[in-house]
Amino acid sequence: MADPVLTFTERGIYCPLGDFYIDPWRPVPRALITHGHSDHARSGMGRYLATDQALPVIRHRLGPITAEGVAYGEARQIGGARVSFHPAGHVPGSAQIRVEVAGEVWTVSGDYKTEADGLAEPFEPVRSHAFISECTFGLPIFRWEPQPAVIARIADWWHANAAQGKTSILGAYSFGKAQRLLAALPPLGPILTHAAVEDMTQVLRDQGYPLPPTTRVTPEVTAKTHPGALAIAPPAALGSAWAARLGQVEEAFVSGWMALRGIRRRRALGTGFVLSDHADWPGLNDAIRATGAERVFVTHGYTAPFRHWLESEGYDAGIVETQFTGDDAEPAQVTE
Amino acid sequence: MKHFAALFAALDGSTKTGAKTAALADYFRTAPEADRVWTVALLTGRRPKRAVTATELRLWAAQAAGIPDWLFEESYAVAGDLAETIALLLPPPVTSTDLALDQAIRGLIQLTGQPAEMRRAAVLAAWAGLPPTERFLYNKLLTGGFRMGVARGLVTRALAEATGVEDAILAHRLMGSWDPSRLTFQALIAGDAGADARPYPFALASPLEGEPDTLGPPQDWLAEWKWDGIRGQLITRPGAFALWSRGEELITDRFPDLAPLADFLPQGTVIDGEILAWNAADGRPLPFAALQKRIGRKTVPKALLAEAPARILAYDLLEEGGRDLRTQPLSLRRARLTAILSALPPDLPLALSPAIDFPDWASLAQTRAQARNAAAEGVMLKRAGSPYTGGRKRGDWWKWKLDPFCVDAVLLYAQAGHGRRANLFTDFTFGVRDGNELVAFTKAYSGLTDAEFAQITRWVQSHTLERFGPVRKVPAELVFEIGFEGIQPSPRHKSGLALRFPRMLRWRHDKTVADIDTLDSLRALFQAER
Repeated sequence: MADPVLTFTERGIYCPLGDFYIDPWRPVPRALITHGHSDHARSGMGRYLATDQALPVIRHRLGPITAEGVAYGEARQIGGARVSFHPAGHVPGSAQIRVEVAGEVWTVSGDYKTEADGLAEPFEPVRSHAFISECTFGLPIFRWEPQPAVIARIADWWHANAAQGKTSILGAYSFGKAQRLLAALPPLGPILTHAAVEDMTQVLRDQGYPLPPTTRVTPEVTAKTHPGALAIAPPAALGSAWAARLGQVEEAFVSGWMALRGIRRRRALGTGFVLSDHADWPGLNDAIRATGAERVFVTHGYTAPFRHWLESEGYDAGIVETQFTGDDAEPAQVTE
Repeated sequence: MKHFAALFAALDGSTKTGAKTAALADYFRTAPEADRVWTVALLTGRRPKRAVTATELRLWAAQAAGIPDWLFEESYAVAGDLAETIALLLPPPVTSTDLALDQAIRGLIQLTGQPAEMRRAAVLAAWAGLPPTERFLYNKLLTGGFRMGVARGLVTRALAEATGVEDAILAHRLMGSWDPSRLTFQALIAGDAGADARPYPFALASPLEGEPDTLGPPQDWLAEWKWDGIRGQLITRPGAFALWSRGEELITDRFPDLAPLADFLPQGTVIDGEILAWNAADGRPLPFAALQKRIGRKTVPKALLAEAPARILAYDLLEEGGRDLRTQPLSLRRARLTAILSALPPDLPLALSPAIDFPDWASLAQTRAQARNAAAEGVMLKRAGSPYTGGRKRGDWWKWKLDPFCVDAVLLYAQAGHGRRANLFTDFTFGVRDGNELVAFTKAYSGLTDAEFAQITRWVQSHTLERFGPVRKVPAELVFEIGFEGIQPSPRHKSGLALRFPRMLRWRHDKTVADIDTLDSLRALFQAER
């Protein structure tokens, strides 16, 4: 049998015929990167290749690197492999990476979601022989409401808090989720940002993504100067001294994990909004079906049950172990 | 269930007591009257009889969701709550039902005892019409365990706010048995039903951390043994003889050996005390395990009555001659209690829990150190001048327990917790050394911080050796100090031992599996205790 298109090594996913890695977690000479989140784009690689839309965030995070951009859908020949990047719908610039060797196509999903969020380039299925899929939410208890319904609920909450003279603080991942919220929320009042969120927002704004004006929280910014404001901050800032300066506040966390009451209660935050940049159970199943793949490898999430499920559905399914999570999702620390 | 769902969302979405009280008070003012009664019942731990078993629910839900049973179980292990798992798994509702809480519960009561096919059809119909939160709450009604993060005190405070009736009076009126299906909200608040056998809210002690010197002069305090039995309230009133557990369960019939008390205690007497299994030969209590055999049984076989006869050690008198004594000082209540008890024939299964004399705190500390000889867990300290206050009011009642036994043991198996601990490995099985083998000897669930549980969860995820359903076998590497209150031989356990109140005291990062204790050292503790 011919060499497999991709193999799974201790440095990450490797293409022997193209001699490159995809989202490697240790330094390698040549890395193809699906998107700018820090568990996918790491420092120390010899050369980086990512979409034109993903590169500014990666450069912002990693500093000076040797990197090249590629357009969505543009094919590149790397050694014996033909590669192209296709929208994954996860965050702005995120991609699935299609690798073709001698007519055999394998696709690495990276992180993805199937619902268009109005900001990230919408997910496009890629016809493949083999599909390597994340499964962060690979159990049937995870089923997302459409974005407009969740956004309406967040808007109501903001509105009610403002009416009581309180500042609303949303905890959201600083790259991706934060900007998705910015783009989707109605203009009910001033929007404040934590420095980590503002820096990332400015990078994306400079790229031309349509994002509303925001105000960086500095010592001069208070509940008095910006009454009825909504602030967006990384989850770690909730309940901190940073939040305290905004006067009377209501805090909420925006994450797919908020679907579980146990996790919501454990964070003792009270309010949680269920909005994820990962595919839910129907999304994962639809996406896999749409690739037409017979072989599916699952990674990042509830891999054991999800693989079992895919096998029962007639797929040839396997698990790709990742370095940091063993065979489980990592809900003990919610970072999604 | 719209009102109830909105209330639930408000309670579940807040960690602030003020906001919760306001939401509840508002509900008690505006919700349909019949629903209010059920809500009080649910929030005070009363629940409708189960119309459906958990096994049936799992089966029907998996079918309705179109998933295999094993995937249902995987989902349940992650969500950690059956009602929630089902609510999340079912496809979105197809119709929209507006089912009042009262209607929903009455429907379930009628389903009890009906053929499975009929119950299944009713449950599926309800699922198909309820939005997600209502569906979750409906499932909670089906499964029983209702925890909304609302303490009893908060419920009475909100009711007091909504009705204008005083908090303490309401707390008393909500005690005991009343039937929410037959009671109006007005009647419940007025305390009309069940007054004959109604118990008073139990006074609860706080743990004494450190030494008692800070409590002031010893003569202000009454000391007695802290017994290891079940707390009970014994009531004799015209037309009523009742024994209540602290969980407000009526347990009169489970203790037929206490029935003669009805003939001898004066009418209008309420006694607070400890129910114990009694060793008449030694004149001291049997270990808790002996009492435990009786607790679960509704009818007690004769052999068990002889093997573990029940006795009440009385420590407080709450009512005498029909008069509520709770505002009187403890010293006076004790004196009245002593008088009543001394007038009883000597062979009744009721006696005074004796006071411990102590001239100074140092002498009490010495007595406390002997608690295990008296088959007690430590000593209780109660302020002699204090009234009897329901609930846990810090300052008047203290429990000063013995330091626990402790052993070092290694983690062998881990399982994810439930509810607030869903998705986090918190339920552990520990082993000690027996020759060259490791023997599982106890489970423990508590004693670590959330951060430690999170850390262990990550470790378990990346070190799983084998899965048995939700249970993970892990390498024998992590060592913990396990504390417990007592130890008994037990043929039901592989180790031959059973512990009382085991919990984790510390994670011993400094120790390895080579340093853990042995089964022999545990047996030695047992021998010593005996």
